[in-house]
Amino acid sequence: MEGGWCRPQSNAEAAPSRRSAVSQVRWRRLQDRLGGRVMAGMAGGAALLVVVMVAALLLRAWPILRCKPLGELLLTTSWHPLRGAFGFWPFIVGTLWVTALALAIAVPLCTLCAIYLAEYARPQVQRAAKPLVDLLAGIPSVVYGLWGTLTVVPLIREHVGPWADRLMGHIPFFSTAANPTGYGVLAGGIVLAVMVFPIIISVMEEVLCSVPDGLREATLALGVTRWIMVRKVILRRALPGVIAAVVLGFSRAFGETMAVLMVVGNVPQVPRSIFDAAYPLTALIANNYGEMMSVPLYDAALMGAGLLLLLVVLGFNLLARLILRQTARRAM
Amino acid sequence: MKRSLLWKIEEAVMKGLMIGALVVVLGCLLLILSTVLRKGLPAMNLTMLIQAPKGGYYTGAEGGILNAILGSLYLALGATLVAFLLGLPIALHLQVYAGHSRLVEVVHLSLDVLWGIPSIVYGAFGFSLMLFLGMRASLLGGIIALSLVELPIMCRAIEEGLKMVPFELTESAYALGATRWEVAWKVVVRQGLPGITSAILLAFGRGIGDAASVIFTAGYTDNLPSSLLRPAASLPLAVFFQLATPFPAVQQRAYASALVLTAIVLTISVLSRRASEKLSRYVVK
Repeated sequence: MEGGWCRPQSNAEAAPSRRSAVSQVRWRRLQDRLGGRVMAGMAGGAALLVVVMVAALLLRAWPILRCKPLGELLLTTSWHPLRGAFGFWPFIVGTLWVTALALAIAVPLCTLCAIYLAEYARPQVQRAAKPLVDLLAGIPSVVYGLWGTLTVVPLIREHVGPWADRLMGHIPFFSTAANPTGYGVLAGGIVLAVMVFPIIISVMEEVLCSVPDGLREATLALGVTRWIMVRKVILRRALPGVIAAVVLGFSRAFGETMAVLMVVGNVPQVPRSIFDAAYPLTALIANNYGEMMSVPLYDAALMGAGLLLLLVVLGFNLLARLILRQTARRAM
Repeated sequence: MKRSLLWKIEEAVMKGLMIGALVVVLGCLLLILSTVLRKGLPAMNLTMLIQAPKGGYYTGAEGGILNAILGSLYLALGATLVAFLLGLPIALHLQVYAGHSRLVEVVHLSLDVLWGIPSIVYGAFGFSLMLFLGMRASLLGGIIALSLVELPIMCRAIEEGLKMVPFELTESAYALGATRWEVAWKVVVRQGLPGITSAILLAFGRGIGDAASVIFTAGYTDNLPSSLLRPAASLPLAVFFQLATPFPAVQQRAYASALVLTAIVLTISVLSRRASEKLSRYVVK
């Protein structure tokens, strides 16, 4: 029998207890194997969840995908569910405008922040900044939205808008003529930018910290300043990871709903200026959940919008994660 | 000589910009919290916390947001429980059983991707699931959708906690003849308790603040949540709906609701840090 189970026992009671020990070992092995199977099944189920979600949304969106060509759905601008016109173009453009503006604000700020935290800051500052950045990540999106309506929108309406109009009003891009309310692309972009700060900063900081110290020391030993080292060595080495952080920020901003919905104005049009109102895809889904069941094809169209969001975010996330995985492997 | 001077100027300028960026980022945090506090505190009173909305509440009549507070707590508690029951075995499997197989890589990748999926998509998915099952907007539906939102957060956070369990400890357990199952549930779980606790609190904090996933699935009601199959209100949606009314008195209540929500989330965030510190005293180092 197995070695570990030989206890000094008298012959009389050896037989039954040995049997029970054997059955105990069998039971433990069975438990180990069965339990492992069940847990592996659950892990596999989690992995399949993405596929199930795509399939479910595809199924729900199928009625509209079947009767309208994809080009018409994605590229026409007419959105009149009651008349059966479902053109997603204004919503797609609205989403892209807001997201692009958010990244234009967030990426430079976050890159500088992450470099400071990873390369310059003293350990105490590093330790103090991390929970604060986490806190920013934990604030619920409606609170961001509330902050946007209370602070950002009035700021744009009363100060930024008039100022931009006076200085650059003749450039169509900066005209406030169509929409002086403050609710619009710029407000959405600013609020979204603050929302993606934490994810970009934390991923970037991690990537910068994974650059081996040997490179830092070797570069500094050549007598250059710290910033030159960052620019010429660290950033080049960490470039894929930095890109991945930006991509993650992009997909976070792309799918954000409540905060954007509250400040962006929600007019289904293709915005022409950063002060125009827009209507992102996420806001479209959230705003119309109540009435969609009564209009034919409406719910299929909204589920189609959900599917579009899912696929775009899925693609970008996969890209970013694969880049990050590659850089982590190279750092080892 | 000249180049080194240029370098020094560049260094100073960039360092200034970096500190400026850090100040802007942290300033935004401060600005958000101070806005919520400044607007929320004057609008806060006891009736808000202990009463459900009465007739005409959304035009400025008497009432409070107890329905939303309770609804949010039930939603987040239920979802966290479900996500924990699913997430703990998954994380244990990834850490203890699976080693470095192909499956682990795939599961990790899909958990990362799930983390990035917007919560409105979870809401839409949950909604189509409910239509498929013939359910209507209800507390149960909200819990299902929210638990899907929380699952990837829970899994990855638990796993981070379990990684802290020293290698030698599990090896010693194996050497004593323990099976992987026993190592997982009797050694790794106990040893990883601080990490697991903070993972639960993290997921709860995310869950309670999430609005887009419950907007379809849990609906909204002025009644206190009474059954799993009835709709339930939630705090984020209370903020949203009250802010959307044209009446200043009701908007005031949106500020107060946001204050309650922020206070809950911040408390949980602090609690999670404290809990993992406290519990890690009982851990073998």
